[in-house]
Formats: sequence, structure tokens, C-alpha cells
Amino acid sequence: MSVLVNKETRILCQGITGSQGSFHAEQCIEYGSNIVAGVTPGKGGSTHLDVPVFNSVAEAKAGLEIDVSMIFVPAKFAADAMKSAIESEIGLIVCITEGVPVQDMIEVKAMLNGSDSILLGPNCPGIITPEETKIGIMPAFIHQKGSVGIISRSGTLTYEAVHQTSMCGLGQSTCIGIGGDPIKGLNFIECLSLFEKDQATEGIVMVGEIGGSDEEKAAEFIKENISKPVIAYVAGVSAPPGKRMGHAGAIVTGNEGTALSKYEALNEAGVVTTDSPALIGKIMKDLLNR
Amino acid sequence: MNLHEYQSKKLFLDHGIPVLKGKIANSPDEAKSAAEKLQSDIWVVKAQVHAGGRGKAGGVKIAKSIDEVQERAAEMLGSNLITKQTDDLGLPVSQVYIESGTSIQSEYYLSLLVDRTKESWTFIASKEGGVDIEAVAEESPDKIINYTIDPLKGLEIGSLKEMADRMEFVDDIQSQFISITRKMFEIAKDKDANLIEVNPLILDDDNQLIALDAKISIESNALFRQHELLSYKDDSQENELEVKASNHDLSYVSLDGNIACMVNGAGLAMATMDLIKLHGGEPANFLDVGGGATTERVKIAIEIIMENPNVDAILINIFGGIVRCDIIAQGIYEAVKSTAIDIPIVVRLQGTNVELGTKILEESGMKIISASDLTDAAIKVVASIKGKTE
Repeated sequence: MSVLVNKETRILCQGITGSQGSFHAEQCIEYGSNIVAGVTPGKGGSTHLDVPVFNSVAEAKAGLEIDVSMIFVPAKFAADAMKSAIESEIGLIVCITEGVPVQDMIEVKAMLNGSDSILLGPNCPGIITPEETKIGIMPAFIHQKGSVGIISRSGTLTYEAVHQTSMCGLGQSTCIGIGGDPIKGLNFIECLSLFEKDQATEGIVMVGEIGGSDEEKAAEFIKENISKPVIAYVAGVSAPPGKRMGHAGAIVTGNEGTALSKYEALNEAGVVTTDSPALIGKIMKDLLNR
Repeated sequence: MNLHEYQSKKLFLDHGIPVLKGKIANSPDEAKSAAEKLQSDIWVVKAQVHAGGRGKAGGVKIAKSIDEVQERAAEMLGSNLITKQTDDLGLPVSQVYIESGTSIQSEYYLSLLVDRTKESWTFIASKEGGVDIEAVAEESPDKIINYTIDPLKGLEIGSLKEMADRMEFVDDIQSQFISITRKMFEIAKDKDANLIEVNPLILDDDNQLIALDAKISIESNALFRQHELLSYKDDSQENELEVKASNHDLSYVSLDGNIACMVNGAGLAMATMDLIKLHGGEPANFLDVGGGATTERVKIAIEIIMENPNVDAILINIFGGIVRCDIIAQGIYEAVKSTAIDIPIVVRLQGTNVELGTKILEESGMKIISASDLTDAAIKVVASIKGKTE
């Protein structure tokens, strides 16, 4: 069991012939991910990485069964890529692209709300179910099939949590990088709810960071709806207010979005929090008592 | 990207939002001739800096004669303005905006911003103007009026009217207010603004609504389609090292401490700062070298963090994924060799090609302190400068 994706998942790669798309799609295929087609406008009819390339998502969808679209197109075209995937009723859209204007995301989210598609990202490392499928840019070798579900706003911190849970023998059920943008697709709450229902997941790791109030909302949700143990780390206790810390969404504005407020809410909800990202694996191991 | 008041008001004027007549000046002489051309009997001299709270800090001065305009301009130009929104050094004033004076019946607050929680644009309005709106929101939230735009429907006249009613604007003033809100939304969409703030919006003695101040912030990720706004960028208002880093596509933020960090990934970079603090140290910066780090980028990154004179030690924390540890190690080696760094460097490498990377550092002959994990790295870097006073 896993959440959202498994070895059966059929993947379309938008931007497959670009340098990023090509490099990462090849790595995914190597991992065993079932990439069935690619899209690059103007290159329809050709073949790349041994899969057919189409001019549009609609063209690809006309002849093939597709569950997920993985998007690698440049930021200026990313919103259109997401919109065309929504129009073609792709079930899960994973947008890796960093730097999508927030104004574009307002439009994408408005369109998404009236559809059956789920969006992950943008500005995220993607999603992986270890030993089954990798849809994104995460380094495959640190993952190990297992029992911890990971949800994270940061790429490299996800790898940190993955590495630690692999080293202590727990492994991961599925890891979801929700991304560092202020307006994005899947958020903590939806992922928490998926992991709660997933039989393979015994514990959940949440990696948050400063900015916005998603961690506070997740804390509220956990109190009422999550029975599995949750560990949380929030990056940016030492970040100064008003400064954007790398990610577009990682900024403390006024009194909102501080790490302290997030920790308070999570502690209050009974989440096990740690002020050290180096202890995530160890604490989870203790918590699951193995 | 933040715009200056005079640049924001140019956009207001272009879109038909009423502003006072004004001229920009780079020197006291230009200020004088600006005042002459404005043909008024009272003027306001306003320092152009990317920070609020100018009035209380002496950055907005009234002048009752043309000579006085020139004097006030001479005082401001070339100085640094320190407001409650700047650091202790303040921001350099290289331009002043000269405006003709106006009568003021009452002051209001009005802004339009990208609201991450509502995932759309939200208007914020209040009858309390010219004040710190966050303080108003905290103390008396009932005085704050919100209207979140439905992105599928756009502006709805009913909601705009409701907002105007709650501001107690009637008849012609209500129409003026609605027209201003419409034009603000036009600017937000056309120019990819994340924030348009009018504080205060005033009503003059002729019952005309006027934007007395204007602050616009443009989405940095949208600058690829806002070419005409690129000339509005003013690097003098930003931290010098942050500008230099951003020109090299590196994400850098200057901090007050003495332990520099270089990390791949924004989250891990923040976490590294947190750990330094947790173990009793003070980070000197945030620096994300990114997923595509090359030997050259690592070298530039180290050069930039070394430009901060407060730095007493460096912590390099790399989790190699796409980035290979051997590439990073090579960059560290070359940077140390070419810049003759003689302060402690603690390196923690993990992930792709970690053995190769470690080998390069070990065989380099450099005095590098290796760390096995995140905690070890933080403890070692803090210990390396023990005894040093800040």
C-alpha cells in the first residue's frame, strides 16, 4: 500500500525533451517509474527516451491511459501546462517547476477547484513510493520501502528525513514534497488524511517552515482526525521577519508565519515536535517502539 | 521587487488613480526647480526609500517656501534614513519626491494584496488611515474591512459597494472610491503586483479622494513579462551582498551572527541556521547554493560569505542528491586555495558521491573539520570559535 502513486501508475511527462525534463524523466524510468509518454509542443510524432512524444496533453490522453502528469516546463509556461493537464482531466498533476508567478497560481487554483484533478506543487521535489515509482527529482538511492509517510515543504529537508528513517530501518510508505510556494496544490491536511487511511503508513513526518499558516491549520486537523503518531519539524526559528528565505512562501510577515506560532499549535495538538531536524529518524523509531 | 513612491504614483497616474502633482529630484537644485514648476505655496519633500515609517523618521517634511524645499532636500539627499522598518544603518536617500501640498479632511487606509490563505486578491480597507494597519488589525479587528475577489468572477460591483458603504462613503465619493479600487485591481493584474498600498488615502476639502502615499511591490517571479518595470529596480535599497548573490542566482540573506553557512536547499539552509542557534552559535547568513551547484557556484558562494567581515567560521552542509558531493568538495578546495581563508571550516557531506567528496577534502591538505551529521556539524562549528567575542 501507498498513497496516490504506486508501480501501476502511468505517467506523462510535460516538457520531456527539455534538459531538466529529459534528465529527470530518464532517472525516473531507471527507477522503474512507468512513463508512458511525453509532451513537447511542436515535437509531436517523435520518440524520446523510448516513449512517444505528443504536441499536447489532450493528444496524448486521446490514445493512452494516463494517471499522472509530471511537469518540467519553464516557469513562464508552467501555468498553461497545468491548465492543459486539468482540462484533460489528468488525475494527479505534479509540477516540479520553480518560479511560477503567484498570480498564475491564483488562476490555476481557481480552475482546479472546479475539477477532479489533484495538483502537487509547483516548486516541489515530487512524490515517491519507494521501490515502486518515483515522480520527481529526489535522489532515489536514499529511499527504502517502509512504514513512515513524509510530507514536506522543503526538498533537501525531505531527503534528510528520508535518509534518517532509512538508516534506522523504518523506511517510507510514500514521500510527498508539497513545495515551498505560497499558493500551491496539495497541502499538509490532504496528505495527512491520505496517510491516515493508508495501511502501510504507521507514522507520519511533517516538515514545515516559516510563512503562512498551513502548519497551524494542519495542527487543528490532526487534533480531530489523525490517530497515527505525527512528528513535526519547522524550519526557520532563526529566520528574521520580512525576509524571504529562499522559497517564495518562506517569509514571516508581521506577526504571521513564525516558527514559534507553528510549534505552539502543533504541540497543543499533541504532535511530537523537535527543534532538531537531525533527530527525526530517532524520534520516530522510539515512537513506533521498534 | 519593491517600487519607490514616485514610481508607484507614476503607475497610479497612468491608470487614472488621483495623486498630487509631484516631481522627482536628484539634487537640491533639481528640488528647487521642481518646486517652482509645481506652482504651489506649500510643498512636501519626501525621501525615496524602500521602507515605511518615513514620516516619523524625518523622511517627509513640509516646506513653506522654495528655499525651504531646497534646504529640506539638501538635508535628506545623501543621508541614510533610519525608520522602524529598516535596520540600524537605514537606507540611502538618493532621490526626493517634491509634491504640492493639499488640504486634508480625513485619512483612510486601502490596500490590495495577493492573499496566500484565500488564494486570491484581497482588498483591505479601514477608516483609520495614515497609521500602522497591523496595529489596528491587532487592537480593533472590527475596524478592518476585507473583500476577497473571486478569481473566476473578477470584481463584483455589489462587494465594492458594500466596502464603500462600510467606509461610509456616499454619492460622488462612493463612486470615486469604487473607481480607485477598480484601477488598483487593473494594476494588480497588468503589472503582476503582489501589494498595492495607499496609506493614507485622503479626502481633501473639495471632497476629492487622493492617494497621498503609494507603495507597490511586484512579483519577482513575473519580471520576465514586466520588462518595462525592470528599470524601476533600485539595488541601492537592498543589501549589497544579497544583490551580488542574486546576480549569481544564489539565494543569500545577511544576518547578524558570525558563523557563515553554505547549504544546498532553502529548507536545509534554514535548518542549518536553526541548529547553529540551538547549539549556542549565531548564524551570519542564509545561503542556498541550489540544486544545480557547480564547482564555480560553490566558489562564488564562498567568496560572497567571506565578504561579510563578521564571519569567524564557516559551516558547509550539503545533502547530495542531484548535486554531487565531489563537485562541492572541488569547489570548496578551489575557493579556499584562491582566497586564502584562515578561519575554521566545518564540512558535513552526505548523499551522492560522499566518499569521493570526503577524499578530495582529506587529500587537499586544508584544515577542514569533518562532521558526521547535522548535529555534529553544528556543535563543531560553534566549538571552533569558542573564546572569540562577538
